[in-house]
Amino acid sequence: MILDGKCPTGPIQNSWDKHRFDMKLVNPANKRKFKILVVGTGLAGGAAAASLGELGYNVEAFCYQDSARRAHSIAAQGGINAAKAYPNDGDSIYRLFYDTIKGGDFRAREADVWRLAQVSNNIIDQCVAQGVPFARDYAGYLDNRSFGGAQVSRTFYARGQTGQQLLIGAYQALSRQVKAGSVKLFTRREMLDLVVVDGVAKGITCRNLVSGEIESYWGDAVILATGGYVNVFYLSTNAMGCSVTANWKAAKKGAYFANPCYTQIHPTCIPQHGEHQSKLTLMSESLRNDGRCWVPKKKEDCDKKPGEIAEQDRDYYLERKYPSFGNLAPRDIASRAAKEQCDDGRGVGPGKRGVYLDFQSAIDRVGQHTIAERYGNLFDMYEKITDENGYKQPMRIYPAPHYAMGGLWVDYNLQSNVPGLFVLGEANFSVHGANRLGASALMQGLADGYFVIPYTISGYLATVKPGSVKADHPEFKKSQEEVNGQIDKLLSMKGKKTVSEMHRELGKIMWENVGMARSKESLTLALKEIPALREEFWKNCDVTGGPGEVNQQLENAGRLADFLEFGELLAKDALHREESCGGHFRTEHQTEDGEAMRDDENFCYVGAWEFKGNDKEPELHKEPLKFDNVHLAVRSYK
Amino acid sequence: MAGKGMNLTLHVWRQKNADDKGKFEQYQAKDISTDMSFLEMLDVVNEDLIKNGKEPIVFDHDCREGICGMCSQLINGIAHGPDDLVTVCQLHMRKFKDGDTIYIEPWRAKAFPVIRDLQVDRSAFDRIIQAYGYTSAHTGGVPDGNAIPISKVDADKSMDAAACIGCGACVAACPNASAMLFTAAKVSHLGLLPQGEVEAARRVRAMIEQMDAEGFGNCTNHYECEAACPKGIKATFIARMNRELMKALPKGE
Repeated sequence: MILDGKCPTGPIQNSWDKHRFDMKLVNPANKRKFKILVVGTGLAGGAAAASLGELGYNVEAFCYQDSARRAHSIAAQGGINAAKAYPNDGDSIYRLFYDTIKGGDFRAREADVWRLAQVSNNIIDQCVAQGVPFARDYAGYLDNRSFGGAQVSRTFYARGQTGQQLLIGAYQALSRQVKAGSVKLFTRREMLDLVVVDGVAKGITCRNLVSGEIESYWGDAVILATGGYVNVFYLSTNAMGCSVTANWKAAKKGAYFANPCYTQIHPTCIPQHGEHQSKLTLMSESLRNDGRCWVPKKKEDCDKKPGEIAEQDRDYYLERKYPSFGNLAPRDIASRAAKEQCDDGRGVGPGKRGVYLDFQSAIDRVGQHTIAERYGNLFDMYEKITDENGYKQPMRIYPAPHYAMGGLWVDYNLQSNVPGLFVLGEANFSVHGANRLGASALMQGLADGYFVIPYTISGYLATVKPGSVKADHPEFKKSQEEVNGQIDKLLSMKGKKTVSEMHRELGKIMWENVGMARSKESLTLALKEIPALREEFWKNCDVTGGPGEVNQQLENAGRLADFLEFGELLAKDALHREESCGGHFRTEHQTEDGEAMRDDENFCYVGAWEFKGNDKEPELHKEPLKFDNVHLAVRSYK
Repeated sequence: MAGKGMNLTLHVWRQKNADDKGKFEQYQAKDISTDMSFLEMLDVVNEDLIKNGKEPIVFDHDCREGICGMCSQLINGIAHGPDDLVTVCQLHMRKFKDGDTIYIEPWRAKAFPVIRDLQVDRSAFDRIIQAYGYTSAHTGGVPDGNAIPISKVDADKSMDAAACIGCGACVAACPNASAMLFTAAKVSHLGLLPQGEVEAARRVRAMIEQMDAEGFGNCTNHYECEAACPKGIKATFIARMNRELMKALPKGE
């Protein structure tokens, strides 16, 4: 099937304004008759719940954490982009749009990206009004920094805690609505199923993580803002609770999963140190503003202390390969370049899987005080984890799974192919194409939540009768039975391995075969190993405890069961996409100097997969991508 | 840099649910690398418990990079353990010695009832924010972000207060289980900015009223909160909040 993104036509500059006018509205007096469920309270979900509640809708918001203030958006450090052009350096909405399309390696929809760039400026204004303490200069105006993939300074920041401050802003706005009674908050709830009635999303089934009760919630629309899925790699920069579960349950109920193979490996993470490691820690990409990446030119120098390696024996490989962007090359390119150096035997640190990030020349230029002012918390964090002082010796970094560009397929209105199901933020596939630029995730989450969904959801709600299906509908009971069935099954298998042992095994398969570089051979191997591991999981895993209590093993087992199904789809998508683009690098498709080689003739489309059952092949639906405003070109950062 | 292996004796608070009385159980943590985080050490202990058919220890955790505020453990009587300016997830085992005995407990406060083992209910904090921990700005219809210049000094000071992660260590460390530092941090974060100053008087009254209603104790200047805070939030913000309250009381709006 050819999918229609329902993008507005005509000049792109007016597309969002025109679309907003064309959409139907819900009369203010009728809004309270509609109930909207919002799953996830990160930037996208928190902003959406707050804004929709304020408009007068009846909102119920859900999160698995103990508070709506803790979603993993909070961990974003570096900043948020906007096309304000305050620094007078040539930025514009058009340039942000262009950079995002190009950064995504021409695999995103133009109209969606234009809208994102357009509302980016409103986000900054909104956050300032909420009391987000952005960095300011001595004149009292907002300060900007540079980020990868751009040659202008358009990133707004709040020390190294931008995500936290923006999320607290959204959480405060949400709290205000909770007080006002327009939003009801359900914490420590995990969504375990989407309830679909006659092909339309009408509710969710959740597990209460304290009592273990299985609960039904009905809504006239369901919004998923449930984040990304890179914990499929086990070790990633995501929080421990991040999972594909909400998205995957929706996919199993008919929602198409788009571009699952587009995963982002972030270049500046602290390298792995041991077998029992539970997560990888990211350090903001903003470090690359002042830090220079290098490895020794000679393999025999790798075991020496960095200070003992002379300047002429160092290979500043990003500056060498990409002279115009240098250390600020986009994430996918910087990550692959680091891997190349290590594959070449010139990595540093334990296992030789690391490269240096050196601040010496910046310290010589502006002084340690200024560097500490810019990145002090990151240097502290690095020292806490590694016991090394980044001011005195170069940091060691290595790429780690960080972000999912892929996600549930949505049209321009952020509605999935299942009517009534909307998907926001990282959980959808829409704006980042095959690679996301730094400081754009926060921008997308808040754009979707504050400024897109409040408009587009009314276009849908205006066409449905409020409260037509409630939780007494038989589909809710059926969904509860399915969820209980899976829980019973998980608790009844008394095998020999623990959930985290098996998750580690999945992660190893995914990282080695479906990670930074993929080949037909590695993907075929993964497609054999994942189903075998899935089969073993259902026989040989041991989940302790009972259903009617706090049971973190059961939570993890359920999430792993979904990763074991979803991982296969991710590998299938990667195998089918016979090209390299953005974060998806197929070793068969590269230029002589190792750059990604796209195939626009055959793969300039969104690949959206329809789940047909674990033993059946998923069906691929395509949405062709058209580029009317940006010239489809080979991405160059040289 | 493979860390050295250590053996530790743990006394961990186990409590089945809110009604259970709870008690310490003793466990051995074997061959723990100094490079591990404290939670990774507990992961290892839990894996061992599962393998021996026992119930693993329940504890809250999520981002494991010190920012979500989920993790919450009293280690040898100190909220977030012996290292300065870190949460439990960023506490590393190199801060301990081979053969050490470690006591691990949940936050202890009337307003934070235990759910299970080391997990507590901190929803009282949410209700304090819901009371008035916000500006009443609507989505849309706000002026340009640069329309009102804010002095860098004020913006930086506001950020110092805004760094709070809502973990509750301040309450756990306080002999009175007071939430003054948490509340003061929000009152100051917003009150120091022109956008938040407009509602400062109403805010400080409403938030303090809710704080009292939740059963948190009063401040008697022990400064334990400041010492325990993983984000280094200063107790001087409490003084600032008291000043703001004094200014607000006669206003009566």
